[in-house]
Amino acid sequence: MKIVVPLKQTVDLVEELELNDEATDVEREYLTFKLNEWDEQALEEALLLKDAGVASVTVVGLEEEDIDQSLYSALAKGADEAVKLTGDFSAGVSSHRRAAILADYLQGAGYDAVLIGVQTPEDLDGQAGGILAGLLNVPHVSVAVGVEPLDAGLKVTQEFGAGVAHELAVTGPAVIGVQAARQAPRYVPISRIRAAMGEGGLSEVPAPEVDVPAGLTVRRMYAPESSSHAEMLSGGVDAVAARIVEIIRERGVLK
Amino acid sequence: MSQEIFVLVEHHNGEVTDATHECLGQAEALGGPTVAVLLHSGERALADGLYADRVLSVDDAAFSHFLPEAYAAALAALVRDRDPRLVLIANSTVGIDVGGPLSARTGRPLVAYCKGLAVEGDTILATSQVYGGKLNAEVEIAGPAIVTMVAGATAPAEGSPGSVEDVAAPELGGLQTRFLTRIEPDGSDVDITGEEILVSVGRGIGGEDNIGLAQELADAIGGTVSGSRPVTDAGWLAKTRQVGKSGRKVKPKLYLACGISGAPEHLEGMSDAELIIAINTDEKAPIFDVAHYGSTEDLFDLLPALTEALEGVTA
Ligand SMILES: Cc1cc2nc3c(=O)[nH]c(=O)nc-3n(C[C@H](O)[C@H](O)[C@H](O)COP(=O)(O)OP(=O)(O)OC[C@H]3O[C@@H](n4cnc5c(N)ncnc54)[C@H](O)[C@@H]3O)c2cc1C
Ligand SMILES: Nc1ncnc2c1ncn2[C@@H]1O[C@H](COP(=O)(O)O)[C@@H](O)[C@H]1O
Repeated sequence: MKIVVPLKQTVDLVEELELNDEATDVEREYLTFKLNEWDEQALEEALLLKDAGVASVTVVGLEEEDIDQSLYSALAKGADEAVKLTGDFSAGVSSHRRAAILADYLQGAGYDAVLIGVQTPEDLDGQAGGILAGLLNVPHVSVAVGVEPLDAGLKVTQEFGAGVAHELAVTGPAVIGVQAARQAPRYVPISRIRAAMGEGGLSEVPAPEVDVPAGLTVRRMYAPESSSHAEMLSGGVDAVAARIVEIIRERGVLK
Repeated sequence: MSQEIFVLVEHHNGEVTDATHECLGQAEALGGPTVAVLLHSGERALADGLYADRVLSVDDAAFSHFLPEAYAAALAALVRDRDPRLVLIANSTVGIDVGGPLSARTGRPLVAYCKGLAVEGDTILATSQVYGGKLNAEVEIAGPAIVTMVAGATAPAEGSPGSVEDVAAPELGGLQTRFLTRIEPDGSDVDITGEEILVSVGRGIGGEDNIGLAQELADAIGGTVSGSRPVTDAGWLAKTRQVGKSGRKVKPKLYLACGISGAPEHLEGMSDAELIIAINTDEKAPIFDVAHYGSTEDLFDLLPALTEALEGVTA
């Protein structure tokens, strides 16, 4: 079974987010980007299926900042094939555009299942996986916490929270939004990624032009002015520790 | 386009979710008319608990459990047929699952992580949470659209149940997805929803080897260790200890958040705690917006200091 895992570079949220001049999006120029953490989970789950001997794994990424690093890292982890869809994506890509590009690519390349991260922090216009499934007209199962072989298809565990989940059987091509792999993503040393880079092996395909009619306009983005903010404690570690003890005693939490 | 606002009714085991009632409340606040869409198998009576102008009841064996493929197909057929102005769906597993397919199948835009909607002339203005809750986006919706609403954003609907209209299910033959089993919660561990003091750790704790720091503090304070999703996904803590949207919703007397950024999915599970104290080196972390007290000290310094200070008190 051929599994395709789309990879997306996302803003590293640990960084300070500055807005562009129009305040309609983050100023991308000075940000660092890393692989979307849920795509990393999707990749791990796909590699587990490969390890089980039932799948080959193709990773595909748009030409976004540092995507090569993520694609080669996937190859170093054991992916069979890596594809870069080239084009100018420096201004960011909406989920609908991403999904339309991926749908076009997948219709040409063939696939049995798409495993994609359940979301990215930038999915303002929805989760790309669901839109992709809709465009391809195949079943979608999202918030998956396990994807395992079952007969000729897959068994997908779909999580609802508070420990409740459903197991579903899926036959035929499908898009699965992965929340968490059955195990933590495998680690690959930087030396192996460098070696993979040295070997090359990334195929480049120009991203198709897609027509994505707009229905939405971002008027502005802003940092939420929250109605409250924590009272910040200062004065060094010991002073803060002493103050916390005082607070929880005052509140009667400590008996 | 009609002016109706559709709300997808999410129900499990015979119970309609709170988030559904919140979506109905939002629809009502926009002025309606509010139409609850109830996909079910022999559970028409659920309509009695829905405060909407109308309820569309679609009964089919395929809806005996949430089956993504059947839901997406039925919703798309209804939306094409009735052409509502908006479709509101909770941003739960169900909303995350069917929002995208519905958008693509009906050619309507999708606004995700919505915290609130307002009418502005002919336009509807949505406010969405983006970048892990660090930013809000204000989005103008010109025509019809699909919106997934975050939990807790609006008050639940009030009023009285609407009239029920029975609608025939669309042709649902040839489904490629089949329900197998429902997995129930694991009851073998402590139930963190019953604990009064939670020392909760996030990715900032760095690794399984450091959980001991939180455990020592929990022991000193008489509490229990819980954590954010990445911590349980990585196996540093048991899944039963997870707080948040897909974990447990907790309301302890004290919630000490250590190395947790405060993503919306985490806040969903703990923002009602009576006293929240957050420790996070990033002064802009959203957790500080819900915490009562905060410190930007490094947790690796502060947790041991706090343990020591507490041992001084309780000894
Ligand atoms: C469908 C769905 C359901 C989800 N359900 C849940 C859920 O139930 N619960 C949940 O928690 N998440 C859930 N998530 C994930 C959620 O989106 C976030 O990814 C997650 O909450 C982030 O966890 P975190 O705060 O521990 O990690 P991060 O966001 O990585 O934050 C770590 C924080 O630690 C701080 N830090 C680092 N080092 C130190 C130090 N030495 N001292 C002090 N602070 C430090 C950093 O400044 C940072 O703010 C869900 C996501 C999805 C898509
Ligand atoms: N930004 C958007 N928001 C919502 N829906 C969209 C958006 N862009 C495209 N769509 C819909 O998604 C589908 C895919 O478009 P296409 O790019 O033509 O394949 C179409 O039916 C569009 O109407």
